[in-house]
Amino acid sequence: MIKKNYDLVVIGGGSAGMAGAIEARKLGIQDILIIEKNDYLGGILNQCVHNGFGLTEFKEELTGPEFMTRLSDQVKELKIDYVLNTTVTSLLPDKTIYASNQEGFYIIKAKSVLVTTGCYERNAGAIMLPGDRPSGVVTAGTAQLYLNIYGYLVGKRVFILGSGDIGLIMARRLTLEGAKVLGVAELCPYSNGLNRNIVQCLEDFHIPLYLSHTVSDVDGYDGILHGITISQVDEHNQIIPGTEKKYECDTLLLSVGLIPNSPLLRDAGVKLSRNKGAIVNERYETSIPGVFSAGNVLHVHDLVDLVTKESRLVAHFIKEYLDGKESAQDKYLDVIASDGVGYVLPHKVSLNNTHDVTFKFRVRKPIKDLNVIFLDKDSEIKKIFKPVLIPSEMTEITLTSEELKKFKNNITVKVEKKI
Amino acid sequence: MKELVCITCPRGCRLKVDEKMNVTGNFCPRGKIYAVNELTHPVRVVTSTVKLTGSIYPRVSVKTKDPIPKDKIFNVMDEINKVTLKCPVHIGDIAIKNVLGLGVDIVVTKNINK
Ligand SMILES: Cc1cc2nc3c(=O)[nH]c(=O)nc-3n(C[C@H](O)[C@H](O)[C@H](O)COP(=O)(O)OP(=O)(O)OC[C@H]3O[C@@H](n4cnc5c(N)ncnc54)[C@H](O)[C@@H]3O)c2cc1C
Ligand code: SF4
Repeated sequence: MIKKNYDLVVIGGGSAGMAGAIEARKLGIQDILIIEKNDYLGGILNQCVHNGFGLTEFKEELTGPEFMTRLSDQVKELKIDYVLNTTVTSLLPDKTIYASNQEGFYIIKAKSVLVTTGCYERNAGAIMLPGDRPSGVVTAGTAQLYLNIYGYLVGKRVFILGSGDIGLIMARRLTLEGAKVLGVAELCPYSNGLNRNIVQCLEDFHIPLYLSHTVSDVDGYDGILHGITISQVDEHNQIIPGTEKKYECDTLLLSVGLIPNSPLLRDAGVKLSRNKGAIVNERYETSIPGVFSAGNVLHVHDLVDLVTKESRLVAHFIKEYLDGKESAQDKYLDVIASDGVGYVLPHKVSLNNTHDVTFKFRVRKPIKDLNVIFLDKDSEIKKIFKPVLIPSEMTEITLTSEELKKFKNNITVKVEKKI
Repeated sequence: MKELVCITCPRGCRLKVDEKMNVTGNFCPRGKIYAVNELTHPVRVVTSTVKLTGSIYPRVSVKTKDPIPKDKIFNVMDEINKVTLKCPVHIGDIAIKNVLGLGVDIVVTKNINK
């Protein structure tokens, strides 16, 4: 039964949605509804059958399904309402939600909304993959869904473009199921996956990793993939002629990045950042008061443990909002990602803020022996030394409320090699 | 001196091991255990799926309850691929007891009831 009014509606029942709802209930928010479009809770973790999850959240090494079951068990224990097979089709600026399922169409009024709709994978079009578009060119996550949920092997001779974690995980998974993985090509001169995945997914099975390489041609003139060509690229990502290598294969897996699944937010009029997630303040509130966002729809996380941690934190801000501690007229300091920094979250910090704030960011390139510097426009406020930072790992640095009081113009974050 | 990456958890610490098996670079004690094991007898947890009947889902996920020797991964996969389970299945259900006599069970990692 879906009611007409809720204190909190959570859109998307993945790890972020469940963790947020659980914490919200523990904080005393009564009327909560989770809306999930699939016929199960847990989101993407259902298909991530490998282990490595939960080390910080549960102090145990779990597989994806085990991790998400821990959360869904708590959702049930705490008697949090959830509906499956139900898709949110629109979110309006006044926090009215349109949802539909086989039984009908629902108009729901929410006092607050947590958007946790996850992310989707970049595909062949998004990266302007050259050559033909035959069957056999699939994203790594799609191959993972086919294999782990439905038991279909996508191909026998596979090449993988992109060294993101999902691609590496699939290189091992397909090898274990009898496919031949010919290699992995990565445009960057470094891998974008976690170190541990390079070791246990590629090196364990002698799968070559070609750094500074990309797919320069796809041969599938008759709609079926026959093979691909890879080429080396220079420092400007331009293909170097004469470096071509041809592979006969029936599958090309793409593991070339994730994009926040944010159209609901965009259509509601929420301001989005360059990476397609919502622009949020230090309370993870979007440009619409009472609409919050967490998890992969906000920014792509490497680890689900970081997703649930973020979402639990946001539940506290939702509670404050519902208790009337809102500050819609607040003046904000913008947070600016400067030299060497890809993005920083939150995107702005209220001048009324009295809490410590943890900034989350990624560097653009791997960098060693560096300082992370927080500036108020040009004057340095805080400097932290780090031995090494890499783009595939999110970095967190907390500034105290005292430190934050020193900023008057903006909060600029940059990284600089230590000299 | 040997260099390796600890794969015990996603942090992926870069470890250095000297001739006397002294380990540095580990963020937590498990890194040390990993380095010594990896250089003496490497082990891995294997995760996969097995066939499921009587369900709308044709596969259910499984894992080796403890790590198994690295050189036995494909033998264990062959055993996993012989198994068919019947719905309902629950986390911790044993799919194969003491696989290949390695002293490790293959256990289910997902609840499927329908
Ligand atoms: C293919 C893939 C593999 C990954 N592998 C790993 C991994 O191995 N290890 C790791 O730590 N992280 C992995 N990640 C990252 C992983 O997504 C996060 O760790 C975490 O699970 C994300 O949680 P989430 O709740 O933000 O998103 P999701 O788990 O994606 O949950 C979003 C949920 O929202 C629902 N939803 C979306 N739109 C609507 C709508 N309009 N109405 C109703 N419901 C909606 C979806 O059905 C889904 O259940 C992977 C991501 C992808 C895409
Ligand atoms: S040393 Fe500890 S923290 Fe570092 S990768 Fe190994 S298990 Fe993880």
